[in-house]
Amino acid sequence: MSRAEKRQTAAAMQRAALAPYTVWAVVFIVVPLFFIAYYAFTDDNFAFTTRHIVRFFTATSEVVTDAGAVREVRTYLLIFFRSLKLAVISTIICLLMGYPFAYLISRASDRAQKTMITLIMVPMWMNFLIRTYAWMTILQDTGLINSLFGALRLPTVHIIGTEGAVVIGMVYDYLPYMILPIYSVMAKMDVKLLEAARDLGCSSAGVLRRVVLPLSMPGVISGITMVLIPSISTFYISQKLGNGKFYLIGDAIESQYAANNLHFAAAIAFIFMVILLAGMALMRRLTGQRIYGGA
Amino acid sequence: MQKIIELKNITKSFDGEVVLDRINLDIYDHEFLTLLGPSGCGKTTMLRLIGGFETPDEGEIVFLGETINDVPPHKRNVNTVFQKYALFPHLNVYENIAFPLREQKVARDEIDRRVKEMLSLVALNGFEKRNVTRLSGGQQQRVAIARALISHPRVLLLDEPLGALDLKLRKDMQTELKRIQQTTGITFVFVTHDQEEALSMSDTIVVMDGGRIQQIGSSIDIYNEPVNAFVADFIGESNIIDGVMLEDRRVRMSGHTFDCLDTGFERNEPVDVVVRPEDVDIVPPECGMLRGVVTSVTFMGVHYEIIVDINGFKWMIQTTDFVDVDERIGISLEPDAIHIMKKSEFSGMFGDYSSFSNEFDELNEPSPDAESEERG
Repeated sequence: MSRAEKRQTAAAMQRAALAPYTVWAVVFIVVPLFFIAYYAFTDDNFAFTTRHIVRFFTATSEVVTDAGAVREVRTYLLIFFRSLKLAVISTIICLLMGYPFAYLISRASDRAQKTMITLIMVPMWMNFLIRTYAWMTILQDTGLINSLFGALRLPTVHIIGTEGAVVIGMVYDYLPYMILPIYSVMAKMDVKLLEAARDLGCSSAGVLRRVVLPLSMPGVISGITMVLIPSISTFYISQKLGNGKFYLIGDAIESQYAANNLHFAAAIAFIFMVILLAGMALMRRLTGQRIYGGA
Repeated sequence: MQKIIELKNITKSFDGEVVLDRINLDIYDHEFLTLLGPSGCGKTTMLRLIGGFETPDEGEIVFLGETINDVPPHKRNVNTVFQKYALFPHLNVYENIAFPLREQKVARDEIDRRVKEMLSLVALNGFEKRNVTRLSGGQQQRVAIARALISHPRVLLLDEPLGALDLKLRKDMQTELKRIQQTTGITFVFVTHDQEEALSMSDTIVVMDGGRIQQIGSSIDIYNEPVNAFVADFIGESNIIDGVMLEDRRVRMSGHTFDCLDTGFERNEPVDVVVRPEDVDIVPPECGMLRGVVTSVTFMGVHYEIIVDINGFKWMIQTTDFVDVDERIGISLEPDAIHIMKKSEFSGMFGDYSSFSNEFDELNEPSPDAESEERG
């Protein structure tokens, strides 16, 4: 066999090896996405329509404000921004808690690192629903926290059914997704770079700000993505810990599907996906420029 | 000359293993000092102690008269060029070099002026905006030097900085480093396991082995007057023969009495006799002080390297005259070709070429990273 022939065979084998994944990606990713778009832009008779898309932006409903007045709002935009708000708050909390944690783990001894990472992952092996139920029993008005407060003769707190409870649930569930990518970037960071920074006049805070932080940005970006996306589309946590008072975008999609409004559910999912993709692209652009190049 | 750094009785262990054993060393201002030794000899640890990355278990590190054992690296007027340069991958060439000045909040145009000055010192003009990860090894090296020099340290520590470069580039960078040291007048403390590099660059060489200093001296001293078999063997090639000092200037070895220049030994004191391969004259057997049979000949370019069996001891001789394997030759030694050393713990361990082969030598070559990896 000539060298060129060999190269061709190698390329053919590579294609053959990739084939199952290509098939997988088409059947389970591309086709479903296509169907979502197709449903979003068709009516019950599968004729083209933008009705569902328009409905997302224009549907209104009346809500009673705290002051007791009745106000008309754009239903789905309100839901979307509420979801976004809670997700952003949760993501920020995850970042503020997860980043220092990831840093400490990455600086620990090899054994300590393994133990801590395992401890972080163990809750993830437990079913998500069970964990959320556990939080219900902890946060309830007669739950663990309040029993404890009561025993200590402290005033009880009302947490369940507030936005705070939903945020607690999200932070608890998604914190590992923030810690792990940041940790994996930090663990790979060359210790010599930190020594060099100290050598060149940086205090510990300076090393963190000028070397560790910029070099860990890829981990931060993927951490943010991995927490923001699931927390913006969650529905179960808000139902259980928010007592169903905080209808989120995930709840909206779920209930439309449950009510067999497949086309409108698809439209919500489609718009939601477009907004997320645009947001991610924007984030990548902004940070991409920040990561490279100095003054 | 002014002492800039003094190491006083420094001992350092890692996990119970003694890496530095009662080290005493004075480093003088403006000198180019090299720490030379095989991997694991403690030279990198010594550099890290001076840089502030390790603290000694015992002893004192004195900088311009002040003890600095507990001063952290960023408060020492000493900078390091790391083995693999440790350039910041998220910053371009300009920002890497400007890094220490930004920390000191130096004014923008002052930074600009000094970075430009450094770039021309290391011959990298026009490289400001380049991505450091895309530079060649030699260019990265220059950026690392510029970055370490821009804040005008009193001492620059260099940890095997040329280890990752190929031979040709290494030679160029040796000259370059020497030039930079002479232009700036900054004290260089240079770590290497390469004896040629040490000989060609240093004002002072500190030869180390097993956590101890074996010898301190100029290149010429170290080469011509090694104190023991370790130094004689590590610096260049040496034949080291057991001998007996009959009296001042008379030494007996291999059944012949030679004239030499060394004095100050006891009568009939057993000694190690060093003869450098290039100092041996080949003569016809009947004129030789010693006679032997050639067992191997290797062409090295400038000279031949031949191994001669003389009374069961294999000598290495470097000569430009061609001799053939199995040829019987005589050798002759001038008095100044002979150097006498006292017996030491290293006697008998080095200087016999009976197991010599070029391949074997290469296998023994310490990898430049071995030591740093040991220390993690």
